[in-house]
Amino acid sequence: MSEAVIKHIADPHPVTGVTNSKLGIWCFIASEVMLFGGLFSTYILLRTGAGADWPIGSDLLNVPLATLNTMILITSSITMVMAWASLTINKFGAYKKYMTLTVLLGVAFLIVKSFEYGMKFEHHIYPSKNNFYAIYFVMTGLHVLHVIGGLVVNLYLLLPGSKLWHKAPEQFMGRIEAAGLYWHFVDLVWIFLFPTLYLL
Amino acid sequence: MSGDHAHELPFWRKHIFSVDHKTIGVQYAITALLFMLVGLLMMLIMRWQLANPAQAIPGIGNLLGEANAPGGVVLPDFYNQLGAMHGTIMIFLGVVPLAVGGFGNYVMPLQIGAPDMAFPKLNMMSYWVYFVGGVIMLASFWVTGGAAQSGWTSYPPLANIASFGQTIWLIGMIFLITSSLLGSVNFIVTILHLRVEGLTFARLPFFVWAQFITSFLLLLAFPPLEVAGILQLADRVLHTSFFMPSGLVISGEVLDIAGGGNPLLYQHLFWFLAHPEVYVLILPAFGIVTEIIACNTRKPIYGYKTMVNATIFLGFMSFLVWAHHMYLVGMSTKMSMFFQITTMIISIPSVILLTSLLLSLWGGAIRYNTPMLFALAFLPMFAIGGLTGLPLGLAGADIHLHDTYYVIGHFHYVVAPGTIFALFAGIYFWFPKVTGRVMNETLGKIHFFFSLICINGVFMPMFMQGLAGVSRRLWDPTQYAHAQPTQPLNVFILYAAIGLGLAQIPFIINFFWSAFKGKQVDNNPWQATTLEWIAPSPPPHGNFSKVPSVYRGPYEYSVPGQSDDFWLQSDEGKK
Ligand code: HEM
Ligand SMILES: [Cu+2]
Repeated sequence: MSEAVIKHIADPHPVTGVTNSKLGIWCFIASEVMLFGGLFSTYILLRTGAGADWPIGSDLLNVPLATLNTMILITSSITMVMAWASLTINKFGAYKKYMTLTVLLGVAFLIVKSFEYGMKFEHHIYPSKNNFYAIYFVMTGLHVLHVIGGLVVNLYLLLPGSKLWHKAPEQFMGRIEAAGLYWHFVDLVWIFLFPTLYLL
Repeated sequence: MSGDHAHELPFWRKHIFSVDHKTIGVQYAITALLFMLVGLLMMLIMRWQLANPAQAIPGIGNLLGEANAPGGVVLPDFYNQLGAMHGTIMIFLGVVPLAVGGFGNYVMPLQIGAPDMAFPKLNMMSYWVYFVGGVIMLASFWVTGGAAQSGWTSYPPLANIASFGQTIWLIGMIFLITSSLLGSVNFIVTILHLRVEGLTFARLPFFVWAQFITSFLLLLAFPPLEVAGILQLADRVLHTSFFMPSGLVISGEVLDIAGGGNPLLYQHLFWFLAHPEVYVLILPAFGIVTEIIACNTRKPIYGYKTMVNATIFLGFMSFLVWAHHMYLVGMSTKMSMFFQITTMIISIPSVILLTSLLLSLWGGAIRYNTPMLFALAFLPMFAIGGLTGLPLGLAGADIHLHDTYYVIGHFHYVVAPGTIFALFAGIYFWFPKVTGRVMNETLGKIHFFFSLICINGVFMPMFMQGLAGVSRRLWDPTQYAHAQPTQPLNVFILYAAIGLGLAQIPFIINFFWSAFKGKQVDNNPWQATTLEWIAPSPPPHGNFSKVPSVYRGPYEYSVPGQSDDFWLQSDEGKK
């Protein structure tokens, strides 16, 4: 017998206390912290280099829309937790409902964001205008890519991926938890981005 | 062979899109070796140009294309492309994929007794993302303006205004970074979670330790490079000015950009990755050499625990030295003092690693087989490379040495006769595990001695050139008066480089010949102690016929009172 049996896919490791996928997602988040850390450092360096020339974000960007988007993302984080919690009490129907909500809220975030970008483009404001817009577009753009990535994963877990629930519920819950951690991280990045870019 | 399969996978699932860590490891290794061959050939073209400036390359000169080498004479632009791509290919497509993707993937799960990596599908993805990144890199030679030509470091503003090949380079890099990140997550989880019972961290083979620390470096150091790449891509494609200062004049005209950016920002982001990256290049090499030295001296490694601690410390410190590559950018003396001190501190653990291995030889009954010869040569070669780094780490000396051939000599000694020799050692050492056959010793020794002589012939003169003040990245050194006295050395280096290229032929023959016709051996031909040697050669899918347990440390050689001079980690035995 030589079939590969990989340990700790569903049962947590006794020392680390987590499953493979959860440890993996934490490592991934650590690298993402370095990614956005690099971007925030860039922001600080450019801004301190520019001195008084650097504009105040709230003068140029649409704060009400961004506030709305902040609410949307925070709500989606809550529905994501509810989706996971529904599974822990064995309510698959509720899971589906909350997961659908999470996905819809993510889409709503993207729609609002596209309005925001669209308004800038209408006024012929592109990343090349100055370094404030450059860093604004690059940071929010990368964040949008992360949201899209999260949406794809969540959509997968909502539709074809949810079959796993009936076969291996523990493993499925692990996946939802990992996806949730990632989704919260994306939310958290936005919570840092919002004041940095829009308010300060 | 793995005959106990109820269902055979179709060919493409078994050999191409395989999720088995062993197949993926071999894929990585072979792809990386091919890239290294390409990198070597590029180097030979550059070496011809340096030895015979502006003279046609006989024979192959005409194959390079009219746009690159009209009449067989390498144009300056093409020379720069070769330089940038040689560095990129050797580091990101050759050495790291072979050391981590190849050896890490193949050997590490076996050494910890795991059936596979924690995420086999992710593992397959890492390989294919790497492969696509490599193809993109190579393809960039055929776009308008040719491949990237601003060095493997791609400093702006030069890289920002370079031809389209630079954009392709950046896209290729994003693929390679993604691949590394996926791989490092996989390695960390595998090492933390999939060790068999009894294999505590204190009993972990040093090779696994080295891969573990390396993975952390990859995980945490690559994202800032990704940032640098993304921002440079934005500068080039979206015309932002992250790295472009105001009022930049190019060919007599002020550039029409927003400006206000900072070219130094790129250097900081780049070296924040690239210094840890040099430890990514060297740690797996230390891992390989440690296994081979323990096995072939038939005695435990001297100071195993100290080595592990030194490696952890090294990994941590490697994030605090990056600006020693930037002493000449005009940083304040306080800053430069900080980085000089951290650089001196980080050389301590490197010396500890080297000294432990050197002392491990003491009193050993050394078997001089090919893997051991390469491993032994690694020690003085790395020592030369490391010691020549110290003057570079001191700002006063670096003012003279920065960007000269001395730096080229320094890092090539650590990477080429250092890491690459260790990788050769590893290939000869684990070949019997992968194929069930040993490589031919005679051909191996020819390969070793000729490589050793030639590689020193290539790199040793560079120190002299560098001390004489000859800059790196020159198309024609004879145009500078101070470089003319050392020009004969360039001719000498060319011969040594050709010799080095020829010395690889016995290896290539040996590799293929032994894979099919080599002498067949049992599971543990070197009589080593670690777990990979109890698995069948080659190991079947799932690796072990029975999940092993571990009872002792990794290097229990010549234990008094034991009948054999090696004590397998999985052997229950008496205590
Ligand atoms: C052991 C102690 C070491 C010290 C103190 C050291 C120090 C330095 C310093 C200060 C430089 C910058 C020189 C300059 O540009 O003026 C440098 C360059 C370099 N080192 Fe080391 N180094 C050490 C080991 C290593 C190792 C182990 C590797 C790789 C395996 C390595 C690879 C490189 C590379 C690739 C460069 C040149 C990068 C470039 O400019 O293209 N070094 N080293
Ligand atoms: Cu360095």
